[in-house]
Amino acid sequence: MSDSDWVDDGPLVRPYALVRGRTRARHDVFDLVAFVVALVDTLQGWIHIEPEHTRLLILCRKPVSVSELSAGTNLPIGVVRVLLGDLLDMGAIRVREPSERPSPQLIREVLTGLRAL
Amino acid sequence: MSSIVPRGKTPPLAADDLPQAVKILVAGGFGTGKTTLVSTISEITPFHTEETLTRASIGIDDTSGVELKATTTVAMDFGRITLRDRLDLFLFGTPGQDRFWFMWDELAAGALCAVVLVDTRRLPVSFPSIDYFERRRLPFVVAVNSFSGSRAYPVETVRAALDLNPDVPVVMCDARQRRSVKDLLISALEHALAIEERAAAREKTS
Repeated sequence: MSDSDWVDDGPLVRPYALVRGRTRARHDVFDLVAFVVALVDTLQGWIHIEPEHTRLLILCRKPVSVSELSAGTNLPIGVVRVLLGDLLDMGAIRVREPSERPSPQLIREVLTGLRAL
Repeated sequence: MSSIVPRGKTPPLAADDLPQAVKILVAGGFGTGKTTLVSTISEITPFHTEETLTRASIGIDDTSGVELKATTTVAMDFGRITLRDRLDLFLFGTPGQDRFWFMWDELAAGALCAVVLVDTRRLPVSFPSIDYFERRRLPFVVAVNSFSGSRAYPVETVRAALDLNPDVPVVMCDARQRRSVKDLLISALEHALAIEERAAAREKTS
């Protein structure tokens, strides 16, 4: 990470055309560390399917986090969220959001796991 | 009619079967070793992801002088550690620019705790991170990253120079050493746990 990471790489025509100008997912889900998993094999039969929907679906055949989906597709997080929202509407994925406020019990579990590393 | 094909023979996973994620933030100014720390302990090659700032968000952010840019990106590095079956710890290096507070807010939401890396040769670069976590009341520890060639200062000197609250732990670390990073994360979590337990005890008595 460096201050030169403030990069202007020009208009992001492709990603934002892809989500047809939508910048917010309709669902208030998809935290950076939410886990997503595919429930279906294909998106056959649905209209308005972009290749990126299918790419995301393939990447989440095993549970994967939203951040890793963004890194894996090279798409900005905002775009990934909109596309995942489409997939959720189609019933094609399931999502697990992280807890909003970690409990002492959860912190203890993390400590146990870290100490065992 | 949709013709979604149910997935082969695998029964659909229930939401609880998905891994639970927790996160710790790694902050500190430019060049304090955030990316190194994340790479040292992550089991995956740390990822790099980007969020796009649209003109709308630039409007509310103070970016005078860049009004002509339609979009700009803010980059983040993150790594992951599997703690046990279905419990994953994510480490996020905070964006290096202090102007991206909106992104910090998202990263800090639900985070267990944070680590603020400092380089004793350039303490002020870490001030904004400390201010941010104090304001947000996210438990954090300060980690003095020992760079080769940097002079070692006693922890108390660093604490005084940073004007820290007395209960904020200050620890020494070497972001290149896995053991050291692991101990640092444990200190940060123990600090967070102590704060949570005190809060729980207060709620009980009140």
